[in-house]
Amino acid sequence: MTVTENPRTYKYVGTRPVRHDGLDKVTGKARFAADLDMTGQLRAALVRSPHAHARIVSIDASKAEAMPGVKAVVTGADFADLDPTHPEFDMAVNLMARGEALYNGHVVAAVAAVTAAQAAAAAAAVEVDYEPLPAVLTIDEAIAKGAPIANTTNRTLFSGDAEPSNLASVNEFGRGDIEAGFEAADIIIEREFRTAAVHQGYIEPHACVADCGQDGKAVIWASSQGHFAVRSKTAAALGWSTDRIKVIPAEIGGGFGGKTTIYLEPVAVLLSQKAARPVKLVMSREEVLRATGPAPATKITAKIGATNDGEITTLQSTMYFDNGSTKGFSALTGAMSVASYKLPNLELHAIGTVTNTARSAAYRAPSAPQAAFAVETLIDELAQRLGVDPIDLRLQNAVVEGDATAMGMPHPKIGFVETLEAIKNSDHYNSPVPEGAGRGVATGFWFNIGEQSSATVNLNEDGTATVVTGSPDIGGSRASMALMAAEELGLAVDRITPIVADTESVGFTDITEGSRATFATGMAVVNACRELIEELKQRAATIKSADVERVEWVDGAAVIEGEDRLTIPEITAMAKNTGGPLTATASLNAAGAGPSFAVHVADVAVDEETGETTILRYTAAQDAGTAIHPSYVEGQIQGGSVQGIGWALNEEYIYDSNGVMENAGFLDYRMPVASDLPMIDAIIVEVPNPSHPYGVRGVGETGIVPPIPTLANAIAAATGVRMTSLPMSPPRLLAAITGGADG
Amino acid sequence: MPRTHALRTQVQCTVNGDEVDFLCADETSLLNALRDELGLTGVKEGCGTGDCGACTILVDGKVNCACLMFAPEAEGSSILTVEGIAQGDELHPLQQTFLEGAALQCGVCTPGFLVAAKALLDENSDPTETEIRYALAGNLCRCTGYDKIIRAVQEAAVQLNGASK
Repeated sequence: MTVTENPRTYKYVGTRPVRHDGLDKVTGKARFAADLDMTGQLRAALVRSPHAHARIVSIDASKAEAMPGVKAVVTGADFADLDPTHPEFDMAVNLMARGEALYNGHVVAAVAAVTAAQAAAAAAAVEVDYEPLPAVLTIDEAIAKGAPIANTTNRTLFSGDAEPSNLASVNEFGRGDIEAGFEAADIIIEREFRTAAVHQGYIEPHACVADCGQDGKAVIWASSQGHFAVRSKTAAALGWSTDRIKVIPAEIGGGFGGKTTIYLEPVAVLLSQKAARPVKLVMSREEVLRATGPAPATKITAKIGATNDGEITTLQSTMYFDNGSTKGFSALTGAMSVASYKLPNLELHAIGTVTNTARSAAYRAPSAPQAAFAVETLIDELAQRLGVDPIDLRLQNAVVEGDATAMGMPHPKIGFVETLEAIKNSDHYNSPVPEGAGRGVATGFWFNIGEQSSATVNLNEDGTATVVTGSPDIGGSRASMALMAAEELGLAVDRITPIVADTESVGFTDITEGSRATFATGMAVVNACRELIEELKQRAATIKSADVERVEWVDGAAVIEGEDRLTIPEITAMAKNTGGPLTATASLNAAGAGPSFAVHVADVAVDEETGETTILRYTAAQDAGTAIHPSYVEGQIQGGSVQGIGWALNEEYIYDSNGVMENAGFLDYRMPVASDLPMIDAIIVEVPNPSHPYGVRGVGETGIVPPIPTLANAIAAATGVRMTSLPMSPPRLLAAITGGADG
Repeated sequence: MPRTHALRTQVQCTVNGDEVDFLCADETSLLNALRDELGLTGVKEGCGTGDCGACTILVDGKVNCACLMFAPEAEGSSILTVEGIAQGDELHPLQQTFLEGAALQCGVCTPGFLVAAKALLDENSDPTETEIRYALAGNLCRCTGYDKIIRAVQEAAVQLNGASK
């Protein structure tokens, strides 16, 4: 359902057509990277470190090379030797170790053979001599005095420090007078929160096929969130120029941020070059969990102060985000996500750590869910202590346009208040809490980004259209592109074919990340359509020998002097005689991404004998700006909510004392299944983003931010126990209930 | 020249109504045989351990994870994959309601869900929401939060019941 009046109404935007790529996906025809096979193709396997931290003394592949079917072996010595200050250094070292294995599962060599079984057997026969080094596995170990250095190439970002360190970055910002803020407060609450690493959990494991020709050029078929980034990262890891590499996007089976970096492609290219045959490289699920993606584990202390009137006077927080084996920006984005309330006095210390665990990757609103767990729990306690409605307390302190974000810049036009009101007015919030259950609410914010996009719109001879972009479609964005083009051109959406083109067939386009595809690539599509319409008007003027100034574009047709009408098929049919093919291209670096807010409410029942939490009802409201295809906006809200529910209740990386992940499979890394959940009621709020022609904000990420505190607050209401560590799994919750301690 | 590896086993079975045969090593999974020998790449591998359901197929009408069967075990059986659900160019009602209800995002889990949901509706033409949720509990979807999948199965059941009355 959609609430709030969007001031504009459209013919196509806001409708729910069947997605263009849908038929292939319900008939099994859609081709994901692992579904592709090339003539003469070899299969590859990776050799991974069994140690969390070790010096690689030597690698002897002679036995492997002599095995049946083996055609190529590569190690770190085959890759470009990048300087540690190179922006792709960590990515390159992560996909193939150089001198040191930095975590259990770090790739140290790769083998290509005729069959997958031969490749696996040969990988097991590669002899690696390791000298184990002391490993650092947790935030506490990383920041302990005298701790061993987890990665000697790490220098603390933003510090100018030349010495190796376990701190990836130290970010400090704030405003006002923190002490005065606490002095003005009548209530002060302080808690420490901990969360475990979790995985994005895309169902499709990483996969690619690479074919390196005799001319030294490579074609890569990849499943990624950005095939131009696959090209640039592969080029960097190999020391190649980008024009030697063409990347063809396969369908992508989920990413959630985890496929914004790469793990396989340069390895497959080098194996293909050595063997002079195409090479296919596919990870197992165990490899995916051990060596890709996790979102950072955290340790966060937060202290909040408010007056008895409910005015929040100050917030102070120290947040540690563990990046795993390399530096990264997780701490920075975590701190930036603290932007939902008017905080006259604010002090944030956000510190990234480096440990000998898998290199972390972006996960949907990276680092915001962990920060929201802390802040939204404290706000809930404030409401409880003050005896006020938790939504009213948030409305009293909610940011509006012009209020400061965490870093001090003013918020643009935002819809936080409208989103809070959508939940306050919802049927769910106005229904009684079921007997024995508890109700929780919480909010989330994500800033969203713009970045670079390109689009080409081609009108075909019969008046149908092709919309060509470079944004991999991870949740229905092709349908959104077609809807915006339909609205601009006045052409039925089923007469438009949206495609995602390879790196040689469309202009450069940044990764599908930051909820940017429908926003930024959509703007490029709109701009190309508008240029095309000017050309169509010119052609109509030529055909009718009229002054182009007297031609208007109305509902898919050129209208000349208010009467004569020429439709798109009529104009395209005459294209040859009026100037040639009708095509337009636009590219941009999109500014004005619109922040998106979400507010969730949940009713839960907790079994006090088992500690199991059952979600009885769940409602999620989110400001979409304008929903181009409401079904896929709802899908983003629902999918984000359930990932957050999994994070809250069950998911966690469990390491043994040697840094080995003990639950590297879907049986033990327990993601939500259908029987764990109720329906997720999605409420779309529309406060249009003035910086986008249709008001799009971007909706991909914010939905994962509120669920953790929403459920923690609901559990507190149901049991009286404040959980401050994740996951709130049955044994932990049971221990907290029976022991009276925090989980 | 002496043989350096064991000859492969020949397997004969029915797949999506067609009689087929293929060669495989004894330890080949049915999943790999379907994908690599028969080109049925609609059957997906998400885990290889029977936990995600992306490779769900029907073997003699029963739901199975293709990754948990050895290919030679398929000898003589009748297999249905996502590629065999539609009747010619007429989609199964589940395929249609998944499309119309936006019950897929990335689409990699969709084949397994469709097969598992078809097995449910073949046995129980009017399942409750809870019955649907438990019947699909062996299939992981990370994109949708399951909401629209459950609704698409409910809608398909309504359509199938309407057609049979």
